[in-house]
Amino acid sequence: MRHLISVLIENESGALSRVAGLFSARGYNIESLTVAPTEDPSLSRMTIITSGSDEIIEQITKQLNKLIETVKVVDLSEAPHLERELMLLKVRATGKDREEMKRMTDIFRARIVDVTDTTYVIELTGNQGKLDAFIQAIDPALILETVRSGVCGIGRGERVLRA
Amino acid sequence: MLLTGAEIVVQCLQRENVKYVFGYPGGAVLHIYDAFFQQDEIRHVLVRHEQAAVHAADGYARASGEVGVALVTSGPGATNAVTGIATAYGDSIPVVILSGQVPTAMIGQDAFQEVDTVGITRPCVKHNFLVKDVAELAETIKKAFHIARTGRPGPVLVDIPKDVSAAKCEFHYPETVTMRSYNPVVKGHQGQIRKAVKALREAKRPILYAGGGVILADAADELTALARRLEAPVTTTLMALGAYPASDRQFLGMPGMHGTYEANLALHHADVVLAVGARFDDRVIGSPEHFAAEPRTIIHIDIDPSSISKRVKADLPIVGDVRHVFADFLRILDEEGLSAPSEALAPWWERIEQWRARRCLAYEQPSDGLIKPQYVIDTLWKVTKGEAIVTSDVGQHQMWAAQYYRFDHPRRWLNSGGLGTMGVGLPYAMGARFARPEAPVVCVTGEASIQMCIQELSTCKQFRLPLKIVNLNNGYLGMVRQWQELFHGGRYSESYMDSLPDFAALARAYGHVGIRVDHPADLQPVLERAFTEHANELVFLDVRIDPRENVYPMIQGGKGLTEMILSADDL
Repeated sequence: MRHLISVLIENESGALSRVAGLFSARGYNIESLTVAPTEDPSLSRMTIITSGSDEIIEQITKQLNKLIETVKVVDLSEAPHLERELMLLKVRATGKDREEMKRMTDIFRARIVDVTDTTYVIELTGNQGKLDAFIQAIDPALILETVRSGVCGIGRGERVLRA
Repeated sequence: MLLTGAEIVVQCLQRENVKYVFGYPGGAVLHIYDAFFQQDEIRHVLVRHEQAAVHAADGYARASGEVGVALVTSGPGATNAVTGIATAYGDSIPVVILSGQVPTAMIGQDAFQEVDTVGITRPCVKHNFLVKDVAELAETIKKAFHIARTGRPGPVLVDIPKDVSAAKCEFHYPETVTMRSYNPVVKGHQGQIRKAVKALREAKRPILYAGGGVILADAADELTALARRLEAPVTTTLMALGAYPASDRQFLGMPGMHGTYEANLALHHADVVLAVGARFDDRVIGSPEHFAAEPRTIIHIDIDPSSISKRVKADLPIVGDVRHVFADFLRILDEEGLSAPSEALAPWWERIEQWRARRCLAYEQPSDGLIKPQYVIDTLWKVTKGEAIVTSDVGQHQMWAAQYYRFDHPRRWLNSGGLGTMGVGLPYAMGARFARPEAPVVCVTGEASIQMCIQELSTCKQFRLPLKIVNLNNGYLGMVRQWQELFHGGRYSESYMDSLPDFAALARAYGHVGIRVDHPADLQPVLERAFTEHANELVFLDVRIDPRENVYPMIQGGKGLTEMILSADDL
């Protein structure tokens, strides 16, 4: 089962490697990991996409909690939540492909953020499925570069993760 | 007043009431050693290898219950310390390791004696710090001691660059430390505790299964009181020997791979297991699938939530400090006025006594044959009246010591249970002697293990440590040989050591008493002399034992608790 785990952790050097090291040392899956400081610069927030049986996910949250610098851990996927990922895509945009690429961008409600005679950079935000669908929808031969941020997650409504 | 970082280190250790620091100097810690030179409160114990510094600090912690402290230099000093740190981590022992580091401006430049100490030790410490500013040094050391001794204890490393130990700042040592990210649970959940007490009261076949956490929490008295109230059998793991008096009728011995017949069968067939400070590890229950096949209620008390339901699913998890949780158990039992459960448990005890009647640890010592290792430990127990602190290395001798030295008190049995580190025995004995200078300290070892830290015989001479070393010499890596005999068709690949030293002569070369023992009749008189005539000297007894002797009972790796081999006849 896929899980989305959010971690509030002290914004200190080494905190990220403690988390990454924990996953590799114990053989847990890590599909994506994002991290950046919160509105309180002394705290970082991580979003980790992982998968495993219920027992493994229980161990993952316990082991994350056990790290001395961890302030809070929550499995966001246990309740309604939002997931967003940002993708930047550099594509070849010449001839008839140029118009087609613009059309696909509009259909997916993406934006063209850089234009040259021969290329576009397209910015697209959404959940992982939407980003994957966009890549599926365009001609793979036209993709020059793909960069994805990894998933950010937040609980819906009054569900709040704070220190 | 302005102090240097080095002086701040010394001041902090004094404030933490540190009496001994086990260490080895080098370039990156010269300032700290200079500050040590100019004070008398803390005694520095100069070891001969940094691994032994951490082991000795670890042994000190195990014997005393206080935080052990080790001090090493950068680079190889730190890497040599890693085995010691991982060993302490494996058994959750509170140790603070101070390591020197190259100056901050040189970090990352592949400087002389530079390694990424914080990176190398990260997976085998409870926490570690790199101090980049002298202004943070005192608070960091305070945090290190706090983290090491609270919650599930463990080693904490503080890496101190040379310029930080030279820089000056105002010294202020915080009285307390608060960390928003670290607040270990102490009190157990009252509702869960009440449910657990009820389950135990209604149990027909209860067992108390105690692990090293009971020793770490200093909860041996509470364990004993609870066991007596419940009249339940008790089994203590390798790490918890002494948490319950071995001479008591309710004690079944150690469970697991080399546990007793009665302990393993009782653990397997119990209807309610109270697991406390234990973790159902592979050396205790073997296969978790085999164990889980028998229905039973598992109550699991541990201060570390990640130990609960890791290998075996707990029905009643209780997170908290064992001593506090036991106090709540006893209070609730008092409130409810429990009558003696003797009658209800009589059939269970009857079964247990039948298992015990197998006398799985019986052995025979022929009067004119080779010395049996079991007889050595038995005799050691008699000569020391069961009152010694016993350390061991890792292998057959470790299991024999665990099986045949009946520990009645906690913190008397020091060994590496989790990591299984050969070489710990002698430095553990050193640490124990500093912790308990009045107590007889015996290191039970083997001819292979002892050579992994034998250089410490020199430290023992310098500090006049009257340890007794009992070397069970069978010329083999005994446990490896045993597995090769049983599971690898008798192909003894590299488990025989040729060209061993004359250990008695080697001990004498280090300035100690060295005696070789070949005959069973000589053993007891020699042991007695070691504690009388040579009471104030280190005595190295090189005891030649039967090289074919194996450790039984035994459960093969991956098998279940009911699949014991009791002797060679079972093969």
